[in-house]
Amino acid sequence: MWVKCPQCGEILYHKDIAKNLKVCQKCNYHFRLTAQERLQFTLDEGSFKEFDRDLVANNPLAFPGYEEKLAAAREATGLMEAIVTGEGTIGGYPVVIGVLDSRFIMGSMGAAVGEKLARAAEAALAQRLPLLVFVASGGARMQEGVVSLMQMAKTAAALEALSQARVPYISVLTDPTTGGVAASFGMLGDVILAEPGALIGFTGPRVIEQTIRQKLPEGFQRAEFLLERGMLDMVVHRKQMRSVLVRLLRWYKS
Amino acid sequence: MPTYLDFERPLVELEEKIAELTSFSQEKGLDLSEEIAKLRQRAEELKREIFTHLTPWQKVQLARHPDRPTTLDYIRLLCEEFTELHGDRLYGDDPAVVGGIAWFAGRPVMVLGHQKGKDTRENMRRNFGMPHPEGFRKALRLMLQAEKFGRPVITFIDTPGAYCGIGAEERGQSVAIAQNLARMSFLRVPIIVVVIGEGGSGGALALAVGDRILMQEHAIFSVISPEGCASILWKDASRAKEAAEALKLTAQDLLALGLIDEVVPEPLGGAHRNREGAAEYLRGAILRHLEELEGIPPDELCRQRYAKYRRVGPTFYRGEREECDA
Repeated sequence: MWVKCPQCGEILYHKDIAKNLKVCQKCNYHFRLTAQERLQFTLDEGSFKEFDRDLVANNPLAFPGYEEKLAAAREATGLMEAIVTGEGTIGGYPVVIGVLDSRFIMGSMGAAVGEKLARAAEAALAQRLPLLVFVASGGARMQEGVVSLMQMAKTAAALEALSQARVPYISVLTDPTTGGVAASFGMLGDVILAEPGALIGFTGPRVIEQTIRQKLPEGFQRAEFLLERGMLDMVVHRKQMRSVLVRLLRWYKS
Repeated sequence: MPTYLDFERPLVELEEKIAELTSFSQEKGLDLSEEIAKLRQRAEELKREIFTHLTPWQKVQLARHPDRPTTLDYIRLLCEEFTELHGDRLYGDDPAVVGGIAWFAGRPVMVLGHQKGKDTRENMRRNFGMPHPEGFRKALRLMLQAEKFGRPVITFIDTPGAYCGIGAEERGQSVAIAQNLARMSFLRVPIIVVVIGEGGSGGALALAVGDRILMQEHAIFSVISPEGCASILWKDASRAKEAAEALKLTAQDLLALGLIDEVVPEPLGGAHRNREGAAEYLRGAILRHLEELEGIPPDELCRQRYAKYRRVGPTFYRGEREECDA
């Protein structure tokens, strides 16, 4: 019932943070959201229609322990895969939407995530609706080997097709966005937004520290740092996210 | 100083003995040709024994062999008039990626690839073939130029991965890789990708989106290094051998999974023992694929490439056993 804010240590009552879109009232720490919460906070009530809910992949490499891991993730999240896709409206503007959930094997991308995202991009193209993706992922899913690596190329190709058709794509990078997901659909938005404090990068900070054998500077790979380096358009507080999206959708709608 | 892998040692010892005996017989004017011939035959047998039964981990070691031919070796062996072009026009020139214009089998082409060093000094300069964003952006610049002038692209893949460091992150490593993937997927000229050594994850893929993906017999391609995989899965990097098996990273495994188009043979004993022979096999394979692709109009070429990547990774609806159409 009581949650400790990982940033400021404040003890928070769960109902209070829920009312505050899961942002710490004291320090503005943005808690990670489930896909269900993200859809609820983003879309107009009752507007969501899900695509490909039951689309799954097999265990292409027969990787030891993978099926058990998938089963546990499904049990824990109530999702079949690490992404939910569909269509809905935001302030009345129709969009095709994808939301990753970091609870599901760290939001990693295997064949099913790649396929659902590519289908969402193709649906957006066919209907000429803007595509909006909330990213939360550690990267490619190791247990699917090169099958998962190739999903980077698959999703990038689907988004390039969308881009050539001049249909807008907005990506919102949330905590965490790294690896093969950052390096494919994460960083390909016409507009790239991020939530405050989100970890965003190619290599995770622990691996970098091990490689270069030095401590990383404070704030390295956080959303604000990427904004400063020119890698994103805006860092948007969760409370402002809907209104910023509406403003973008009004300008970019095809 | 040549380097030998553990499993090559019996062969190397035998080869040394042959060399010793040969020079001894010449010095002393003795006829030992019969003994030498016998040893040579034994060496051939041993080579066949070793190199036709390599484990995935041995392939990883071979793919990383310090004497294995590099991108520049193959460019020189396969092309005429290679002229290296430099820089990304944004920040710098990354020596971990090389590229330029050249002639291949009588036609102008753009060739590029990851470049490892031959020794410690060169490896320091080339960052062991691990590119910064500048390397990926240089590659993209050259590919867009190939498109502009209607020249096919040949890329050679040989990297442990994209570099993980502060500068690489600051200058947008993931942006650079993502943009390469997107632009390469619709480049309006043929792209032939040849994995010649290590195909390390996203840093490899950033030069490896194409119409044909070829892999040399002892090359590898993986989403993560076996060491990295082992340390994540079992918190123990020394179990890399097991991880190498689980990851299905050999050319043979990837062909069976339908993820690459062809395995290009290497001379018995590996490319590092006979680089000219290895290059000849590559020449044949690249030329054959290039000839297949050259007549295809750009729109159709892009359509086929899109379909190729769209198919990767079978998915189906829960409860159904058969795959659904991509």
